Amino acid sequence: MALLRTDKITMQFSGLTAVLDLNIEINDREIIGLIGPNGAGKTTAFNMITGVYKPTKGQVYYNDKDVTGLKPHEITKFGIARTFQNIRLFKELTVLDNVIIANHLRLKSNLFGSVVRTPGYRREEQHIYEKSMALLKDVGLEDLKDEKSSNLPYGKQRRLEIARALATDPKLLLLDEPAAGMNPQESHELMGFIREIRDKFDIAILMIEHHMQVVMGVCERIYVLDYGVTIAEGLPDAIQNDPKVIEAYLGVD
Amino acid sequence: MKNRNIAVLNITLDSYKIKIFTLCGIYIILGLSMNLINGFTGLFSLGHAGFMAVGAYVSALLTMSPELKDSVFYVAPINPFIKMIQLPFPLALIVGGLAAAGIAFLIGAPVLRLNDDYLAIATLGFSEIIRVVITNTQTLTNGSLGLKGITRYTNAWWAWGIAILTIFFMIWLIHGMYGKAFKAIREDEIAAEAMGISLFKHKMMSFVIGAFFAGVGGGLLGHLIGAIDPNMFRFILTFNILLIVVLGGIGSITGTIISATAVTILMEALRFIENPINLGFINIPGIPGMRMVVFSLMLMGVILFYPKGLMGRAEFNWDYFLKKKFLRNRKKSA
Ligand SMILES: Nc1ncnc2c1ncn2[C@@H]1O[C@H](COP(=O)(O)OP(=O)(O)OP(=O)(O)O)[C@@H](O)[C@H]1O
Ligand SMILES: [Mg+2]
Repeated sequence: MALLRTDKITMQFSGLTAVLDLNIEINDREIIGLIGPNGAGKTTAFNMITGVYKPTKGQVYYNDKDVTGLKPHEITKFGIARTFQNIRLFKELTVLDNVIIANHLRLKSNLFGSVVRTPGYRREEQHIYEKSMALLKDVGLEDLKDEKSSNLPYGKQRRLEIARALATDPKLLLLDEPAAGMNPQESHELMGFIREIRDKFDIAILMIEHHMQVVMGVCERIYVLDYGVTIAEGLPDAIQNDPKVIEAYLGVD
Repeated sequence: MKNRNIAVLNITLDSYKIKIFTLCGIYIILGLSMNLINGFTGLFSLGHAGFMAVGAYVSALLTMSPELKDSVFYVAPINPFIKMIQLPFPLALIVGGLAAAGIAFLIGAPVLRLNDDYLAIATLGFSEIIRVVITNTQTLTNGSLGLKGITRYTNAWWAWGIAILTIFFMIWLIHGMYGKAFKAIREDEIAAEAMGISLFKHKMMSFVIGAFFAGVGGGLLGHLIGAIDPNMFRFILTFNILLIVVLGGIGSITGTIISATAVTILMEALRFIENPINLGFINIPGIPGMRMVVFSLMLMGVILFYPKGLMGRAEFNWDYFLKKKFLRNRKKSA
């Protein structure tokens, strides 16, 4: 049984077909790449999977359950978390609060309990604090916990976004261009880091990335989109040598 | 005879000061409730006067005795059921708050799905609708004649007692997990939703809680003045509270407390500018509404020069205060 399966999902924006009949299948603990030239429809695919857009056609299955058209917060609760291409942190809030907030969806105490601070709520809060600090440690940001998140340099903001997504306890993590804006050193570290989080949290990862070294270095399988159409899928080696893929990239650059 | 006059003046002067002090407490409650919705959750709601009206009418109808209601409703007799119920003041305040919260819940369902600008217009419209409904439901509200002879239960103790409760409620709410979820929505709705926060549910919570405290504040106001009518709850009232929130800093509890106090006092202190002023060489006639002009200019000044208000999103903090002073002293000695 696949963890995530999309069945011919299509997204049309008034005339423009951003994604056409996309079939993706991801199993537990896989690291999958989704690549393609600018405007190919990669982010749109993410938005359909995470409920930001309802596909014009087709179905999204998570653990064989049809989750098409559910709200983003419901999808996240099922176990799909994401980061954003144009980083979307809670800018005015601290690094730690950014991660703490991502635990809210699993909170059992109600609002009243949180205001009067019942023992049960305080236990949950303590647990969330410790879990969030551990996550910050995992991404190497524990010393910056009280910093305003928008004050972090770009690479660290990307790491914080990943920590925040992990705090929702996902089974599948979607990363939208995690290496964008990172220097060569940082993007090299990113490869090791992605494998680490897969192993540590036991999750599958679907990653959009333009940085070919990163994609080829960590992805076990790759899907290639061009103008919304899946032009290739397979192992990194095969993709690298696929004439259609080479053409799509050369045609754009 | 002369002495007696002075004594009377003294008493009225003192009770006048106490009334302003009491009013400060009420405006703190109102400012905090609006800051929860607009400042901490980032919803641009302009419905506060409507929630206050609901709280004020419901609580006043609940504390008035059946005989008093009979004498006030002389145009059309009061609905017999409403005539008979009478509750003690604190209970009436709570029911007034709950009624406002209930109304917020009902209108929240359609309105909270709207985006900022539309939300502002829709809540503003709702607030006017409440006023129109109150004006036209003669047997429930006595229409445009309003309610008179309401017992003046609200004193400084009640107003400040409830203000302090509200302050603590807001502090704990904002620092807790739900408050953080509200702030996340303010910062970035798309990211908040992607982190599993239901936008609608949390916006509704904030809206309903804010309306509850607005209703309680409205009830306190009615029982301070002793008379209410639909005209009291025009948009200008919402504007005054918005002024407090913006001046104090959108999203700062201490900022709201300070500016609620300052605005309430200034509101009274500046009363003289609406009276005719004789400067010896020139006679300025009294211009009603002059205070609002001054406040609007203040608001524009703050928006231009301190776009984040007095406190921004920061809270007053002794550490910060002392550190700043200490640093300054060090700089001097260096
Ligand atoms: N909300 C929208 N409304 C209309 N058109 C859209 C919308 N979102 C995306 N598009 C269009 O759909 C196409 C695919 O966009 P998408 O953002 O998915 O590309 P992408 O593969 O992520 O590109 P990039 O590598 O630049 O991020 C583009 O032509 C884009 O302009
Ligand atoms: Mg994209």
